[in-house]
Amino acid sequence: MRVLQSLLIRIFYAVVLLTAVLILNFSLMYLAPGDVADTISQSMGGADKEVLDQIRADYGLDQPFPVQLGRYVGRILHFDLGYSFFYNDPVTKLILERLPATLLLVFTAQILALVVGVVLGVISARQPNGIASHFVTMLALFGYSAPVFWTGILLLIVFSLKIPWFPVAGMQDVTIEGGFVVHALDVLRHLVLPAITLASIFLALYSRLARATMLETLGSDYVRTAKAKGLAERHVVYKHALKNALSPVVTLAGLQFSAVVSGAVLVEAVFSWPGLGTLAFQSIIARDTPTILGILFFSALVVIVGNLLTDLVLRMIDPRLRGRGA
Amino acid sequence: MMKHLVKGMIVSTVLATIAAGHALADDPVRGGTLITVLGSNPRTLNGAVQSGIVTGYPTAQLFASPLRYDEDWTPQPYLAESWDVSDDGLTVTLNLVKNAVFHDGQPVTSADIAFSVEVIKANHPFKTMFAPVETVETPDEHTAVLKLSRPHPALMLAMSGQLMSILPRHIYGDGPIEAVKTHPRNNENVVGSGPFKLVEFKNGEHVILERFDDFFIEGRPYLDKIVMRIIPDIAARTIAYENGELHMGAFESNPQMVNRLKKVDGLEVTPEGYGAIGPLDWLAMNTQRGPLKDVRVRKAIAYAVDKNFIQKALMQGTAADSRTGIHPDSPFYFREVEIYDVDLEKANSLLDEAGFPMQDGKRFDLTIDFGWPGVKPQVEYVRAALKKIGIAVEVRASADFPTWAKRMGEMDFDMSWDTVFNWGDPVIGVHRTYVSDNVGKGVWSNTQGYANSRVDEILALAAVESDAEKRKALYQEFQTIIADELPVYHTNTLPYHTIYSGKVGNPPLGIWGTSTPIDMTYLKD
Repeated sequence: MRVLQSLLIRIFYAVVLLTAVLILNFSLMYLAPGDVADTISQSMGGADKEVLDQIRADYGLDQPFPVQLGRYVGRILHFDLGYSFFYNDPVTKLILERLPATLLLVFTAQILALVVGVVLGVISARQPNGIASHFVTMLALFGYSAPVFWTGILLLIVFSLKIPWFPVAGMQDVTIEGGFVVHALDVLRHLVLPAITLASIFLALYSRLARATMLETLGSDYVRTAKAKGLAERHVVYKHALKNALSPVVTLAGLQFSAVVSGAVLVEAVFSWPGLGTLAFQSIIARDTPTILGILFFSALVVIVGNLLTDLVLRMIDPRLRGRGA
Repeated sequence: MMKHLVKGMIVSTVLATIAAGHALADDPVRGGTLITVLGSNPRTLNGAVQSGIVTGYPTAQLFASPLRYDEDWTPQPYLAESWDVSDDGLTVTLNLVKNAVFHDGQPVTSADIAFSVEVIKANHPFKTMFAPVETVETPDEHTAVLKLSRPHPALMLAMSGQLMSILPRHIYGDGPIEAVKTHPRNNENVVGSGPFKLVEFKNGEHVILERFDDFFIEGRPYLDKIVMRIIPDIAARTIAYENGELHMGAFESNPQMVNRLKKVDGLEVTPEGYGAIGPLDWLAMNTQRGPLKDVRVRKAIAYAVDKNFIQKALMQGTAADSRTGIHPDSPFYFREVEIYDVDLEKANSLLDEAGFPMQDGKRFDLTIDFGWPGVKPQVEYVRAALKKIGIAVEVRASADFPTWAKRMGEMDFDMSWDTVFNWGDPVIGVHRTYVSDNVGKGVWSNTQGYANSRVDEILALAAVESDAEKRKALYQEFQTIIADELPVYHTNTLPYHTIYSGKVGNPPLGIWGTSTPIDMTYLKD
């Protein structure tokens, strides 16, 4: 019951926060000079003054600020994210078309980073001064410090151009014919490079944290006891130590979830991955306020869901948390 | 009256012969899927309500227009098998082909022409294209007569390429004319009479078209399918051309990409085919502000800015020289105008003359704007170049395009880098920059505040002059004046290139880039 209560309180705060953020962003977008009519005219190769005025009138951009804000908030309260000026489509439709691609990329990258990060962390913790450990440290340093768009282009040059294993852009090859399995494999092939690119930053974080917590746990009394009991090394490391070392990593992963979502924006841009990131990037350039705010809304939703999932996972691996409310 | 008709027929016969001869040398192959690319997401696939190069490519495949142009700027029959302009220039008669049908099987009739003119007049951003067209009469199903209020030679180019998509009235005429702008069938279930029909438009991913079997030109198109992938990232597009994922792409202007791909075996890279698009780069100067009001100051700036450096170093040899507001590939281009080879002495003496003496190594301050990151090297170069003649230039960055567009539209700038397109006839894309009744009306209007009554007069005359030679003479005078008065300093063409693999036969290298039907393009075996 307390779990449910705390969940409801959280959702309430999230809704309040989200509304405030939307209003703030709407105001900021309004304050910026120029508007979407300018970018529409850019995509048209120029337009006469009367056309520009017509576009502004069509989308209500000629109205005073309070009227525009009022209309926007009114729509939001009816769960209507509005109509994209730039794409001529309802924002909700645009976003729902793009959401699956982003979810696929974000969750794949997050899981990849977690699993590989933890494995690498454990390997390097078992022999803190071995060659493997130094290698992991270097890899982590590289992954964390290299900008994702650079890593992405580097991977493209190596694995799409020099060794053409993976496609350059997009999520599917439309010329491929075949059933579900063929298409699924095709999507998977397109997913490899973007997922590795996005995972590279977080892999660095997780592997460093896993290494540190594993080192600490491996030095603790109960591990020594387990070893003294004569349990196999492998058993001690994976059954006793890892389970305890894992929960800080999962907590961090939950905290980083929003960072993964925002990191996806850049990765999607490099790989032309047809997700929310590409849409966000282009809408910002186009000053398409309803779409930008709509994406903000959905990304916040994804982060909230991601955090809730993290909580659930934490409860699974750490029984001590199960009784608690928060 | 018959003159035009006969001429048109002779030209088309000659062309057919040439095409036949060509076919013997290299037979077009039927079939195959051409993979091409769009650099951004099209807002709409309906060219009747919006222009722009990203919409141009799909719309020219989906919708047919009355005319098409060959690479020598000669109009060719398309939906109109012949046409006729009356001697007074006030009546333009289009005789439509009899066998044209829309993708849903309905015939293309003169009523659709009349409807499309109405839609374009109400929705298309280029108001000058059809402004003089008062009514369209439809004496029979296959004859459309455009009645004009004044002679309008620009109409010919405006009836070609992506500028005049013929829409089926029975589909797009179901609501008010203005509502066609946001018609749901602009992006899905699009119906035109062009060589290809729409299979799928997936926002952010691709546009897929397939061969329209009942296309009115027998045996065409050659391709079975066209895939237009949407890849906004330049680096990703470069790699995709290089590793063969893309067969063809157009409107590529990044010098690094162009030069890199020129070295790749099996790829052709050409700047041909953009004459009617007519993209020009220039240095805009606000003739209503401060020292720039004085033409001697503007000339001094031109003498200090080295075009050669911009073309050779900054554009890495990809861009061509341009000297006037008309694109060098246009038949109206006149190159024998005043030019400004670097001459710092002359620049300094002009500034002295204008009453801006050098004091402690400085004469006065100016600002320079730019609207997109790609042209930052140009404005940084202008800053360095003008320092040499004592003009301290401050580079003003804009947060994004709309910020810059607003500054330009309200003439809140001293100098700016700018790129403007000709869009076919000078009336459509050139006049707007120089006529005095278009001052300060938004971005890409006469943002320089330039006013010269003789220029206004010449351009007004050129707009209605039906005689091609006289018209050319008028534009010649116009170009001479603006090269002398420098409301903008013309530096170079925007180096659009078409990139295609050796597998592509007969790529579109006419005057409209890919904003033209590619029914003659094929894939070699």
